[in-house]
Amino acid sequence: MATTSAHATAAAEPHHEPSFVRKYIFSTDHKVIGIQFLFMSLFFLLIGGLLAGVIRWQLGWPTNPDMPLPGGGLLPETMVNQGIVLPEFYNSAVTMHGTIMIFFAIMPLLVGVYANYLIPLQIGAPDMAFPKLNMASFWTAAPAGVIMLAGFFVAGGHSGAGWTQYPPLSANPEFSGVYMGQQLWLISMIVLGFSSLMGAVNYVTTVINMRAPGMTWFRLPLATWALFVTAVLILLAVPVLTGALILLLFDQTIGTTFFSPEYGGEPLLWQHLFWFFGHPEVYILILPAMGFVSEIIAAGSRKPIFGYHAMVLAIIAIAFLGWGVWGHHMFQSGMNPTLGMGFMATTMVIAVPSAIKVFNWLATMWRGDLHFHTPMLHAVAFVGMFVIGGLSGVFVASTPVDIFLHDTYFVVAHIHYVLFGGSLFALYAAITFWYPKMFGRMMNPLLGKLHFWLTVLFFNLTFFPMHNLGIAGMMRRIYDPNQYEFLRPMQELNTMISIAALLLIGTQLIFAFNFFWSLFRGEPAPANPWRANSLEWAAPSPPPHGNFARTPVVYRGPYEYSSPLSVEDYLPQDDPPAEGPEPVPAPATSH
Amino acid sequence: MPWLPAQVSTFGGEIDSIFYIILVITGIIFLLVEATLLWFAFRYRHREGRKAEHIHGNWKVEVIWTTIPFIIVIALGAMSFGPWARIKMLGRFPAPGLEIGVMASQFEWMVTYPGADGRLGTDDDFQRRNQVHIPVAQPILVHLSAEDVIHSFFLPHFRVKQDAVPGMDNQVVWFEATEPGEYELACAELCGTGHTRMRGTLVVHSAADFETWYEGATQTAN
Repeated sequence: MATTSAHATAAAEPHHEPSFVRKYIFSTDHKVIGIQFLFMSLFFLLIGGLLAGVIRWQLGWPTNPDMPLPGGGLLPETMVNQGIVLPEFYNSAVTMHGTIMIFFAIMPLLVGVYANYLIPLQIGAPDMAFPKLNMASFWTAAPAGVIMLAGFFVAGGHSGAGWTQYPPLSANPEFSGVYMGQQLWLISMIVLGFSSLMGAVNYVTTVINMRAPGMTWFRLPLATWALFVTAVLILLAVPVLTGALILLLFDQTIGTTFFSPEYGGEPLLWQHLFWFFGHPEVYILILPAMGFVSEIIAAGSRKPIFGYHAMVLAIIAIAFLGWGVWGHHMFQSGMNPTLGMGFMATTMVIAVPSAIKVFNWLATMWRGDLHFHTPMLHAVAFVGMFVIGGLSGVFVASTPVDIFLHDTYFVVAHIHYVLFGGSLFALYAAITFWYPKMFGRMMNPLLGKLHFWLTVLFFNLTFFPMHNLGIAGMMRRIYDPNQYEFLRPMQELNTMISIAALLLIGTQLIFAFNFFWSLFRGEPAPANPWRANSLEWAAPSPPPHGNFARTPVVYRGPYEYSSPLSVEDYLPQDDPPAEGPEPVPAPATSH
Repeated sequence: MPWLPAQVSTFGGEIDSIFYIILVITGIIFLLVEATLLWFAFRYRHREGRKAEHIHGNWKVEVIWTTIPFIIVIALGAMSFGPWARIKMLGRFPAPGLEIGVMASQFEWMVTYPGADGRLGTDDDFQRRNQVHIPVAQPILVHLSAEDVIHSFFLPHFRVKQDAVPGMDNQVVWFEATEPGEYELACAELCGTGHTRMRGTLVVHSAADFETWYEGATQTAN
C-alpha cells in the first residue's frame, strides 16, 4: 500500500539550492504552491470584500447624494457618478462579489491552499504525485484571476447577470448591455476549471498512492479525508460546469441558442447544468472546512474526535447525496412541480449527515480540556454559525415555504451563514492553526483574539437581521428597495446592517496586519506548537523541500489525545509504541 | 423587526403555518445546540490539573442522533407535500373565476384581460401595463410568459412566486384573494439594470367594484 518507491525517487534527487524563480515562482514544491494560492486568494478576498462594501453602501444609503461612496471618485463615471453607485455597476458588484468570493477566494483557500499544503504533510509524503501538474494548476489559476479582473476595465462593464449567470440575460448582450465583460467572465471560469481539475487529479492520486507506511485509510486525519472526497467531487462536477460555460460562450459569440428560446433553446437547461455542478460545489465549499474544524476541535479539546468513523461516513454520505439535490434551487423556476417534491425529499435527508457532524463536534468538546487559542475560537464559532446556516436551510427546503422565501434576503442570510459563518470562520481557524507550520512563526494571539471577537460580533449583526429582511419579503439583488412601498419600512434596518458590514470589513484589517506583521516579527514557532498528533507536526516549521528527514512510520490514528498510554496529553501518529516492536513496514530510504 | 407581510390569499395561511412549525422546531434545536455549545465551552475550559477523558465515541448515540433528525426532516417534508401540490400542481387547480395573461419584459408587466366574450386569446382582449385588477374571493388563473429574459412574478402578500421564462409559454399560476385592497407586484429574479423598478400594482376589488371596473375597461378598450 505504501509507495516507498516514490519516496526513494524524491530522496534521490540531488540537493542543490534552486534559483529564486524555481524556488518561489515556478516552484513544484507543494508547500510553495499552497502558499502562492494563499496570497492569491487573500488578495481576492480583499477585492470581494470591497465589492460587498459597494453593495452595502448602496443599500444602506440608496442613491443618496449626501452619502457619496468613499473612493467613488477614483472609479469611472460609468460605474459611480457623483458618488452614486449606478445600477449597472451595482449589478456587476453583486455578480462579482459572488463570483470572486466563491471561485477566487473561498474555493482556492480551502482546496488550492490546504489540499496542496496539507495532504502530502498529513499522509507523510515528500510531495504531490504530479508536482509539475501542481505547478501548472497554480499558473492556470493566476491568469484566470487576471482575466476575471480585466472584466472591470472593458467598455460595457463587467458581467451583471449574477454569479449564477442565468440566460438569456447572460447569453444575449442585447438584454444586459454587457459585451466583453460577459465573455471575459466565461473565459476566466473555463480556464479556472482546468486549474481545479489539474489540482483534483493530483490530490486524489496522492492520497491513494503516497500514504506513508502504516497510514491506513482509517488513520487519515479528517482534514485529508474531507479534501480527498472534495477532490472527487471537483473531478465529477467541474467538467459539467465547464461544458455548460462553453455552450454559453457559443451562445454569446457565434450565435448558437442552446439556452435562448429563439430557435428552440432552453433557459432551464442552463439552470439544470449549473446547479448539477452548483450543489456539489456547495459541499466542495464546506467539506474541507468541516475537516479543518475536526482537526482543530480535537487538538483544542485534547480529546479524540468523537465518532471518527461516523465523521468519515457523514462526509461520504454528504458527497453522495449532494448529487441528488440540485433541483431545490429551481422549485419556482418552472420546473415540473412533481419533480420539486422529489428534490424536497432528498434535500431534507441531506440535513442529517450535517447534523451528525455537529453532534460529534459537541461530543468531542464534552469532558475535554478546552484550550481556547485563536484557531479553537474560530473552530467553535464555526460550529455555532454553521448550525444557524443549516437550520435556515430547512425553511427553504420546504417547497411551500420556499415559494415565499426564494430569491429573498433569507437566502442571502442562509448562504452567508454557511459560507462566511461556516467556510470563512473555518478558514480563519485553519490559517491561524497552520500558520506556524507554513511560515515558522506564530501569529500574535492578542490580535488574533481581537480579530475573532469583533468578527463574530459584526458578522452576526450584519447577517442575522437579513433573515428578517427576507421574511418581510425583500428581494435579492435589488438596487433600491425603496422603490417598493412594502420594503420602505426596512430602510433603517438596512442602514444598520450596512454599518455593521462596513465595520466587519474594517475588522479584517486587523487580520491582514497580524498576518503580514507576524511573517517578519512573529515569535519563532516550534515544530509542534499546538501539541497535535498528525504527521505535519512531525516535520520542522517550516518543513524543508521533501518535508521529512526520513519517511515517517504511522502506528495509530491521528486523534490519540489524553491517551492512557502516554504521560503527555497527546501521542503523535509516528511515535513508536513503548513496549514491544510493532511490525514495521518496509524501511524507507532516508535522505 | 420586519416580519411576514400581512397575507391575503386563501393558501397564504397554510404556507405561513408551515413556516411557523419549522420556526418552532428549528428554534428549539437552535437553542438546545447553542446552549450546549456554550455550556461545554464554559464547563470544560482549561483549568490547572484538568485532564480530558480518552473517549473515542459511542455507536449507540450515533444511531440516536442520526434517527431523530431523520424523523424530524421527513415529517417536515411530508407536511409540505399537500400544500405544495394544491398550490403548484396543474391537476389540483380550482376552476378559475377569471383568467388573465401576464407577459413580463424588461422592465414591465403587460397584463391581458379577456374582453366581453370572457375568453383569453380573442380579438376583444384588452391590456393594462403594470396594473392587475382582480375580484376578491375568485380563483384567478394567470398565464405567465416572458419576452426577453427570466423574470419572477412575486406577490408578497399572496405568498405567490413563479418564474416567467422566455420560451415556456405554458406557465400558469393561481391564487385567490381574501381581502380587497391595493398590493404590490414585484420582480424577484435579477433581469437587468432596471430590475429594481419592475414594479406593478395589484388591485383586489369587491365583486361589485370589479364589475364596474371591468365594464369601464371593456368600453374604453372597444
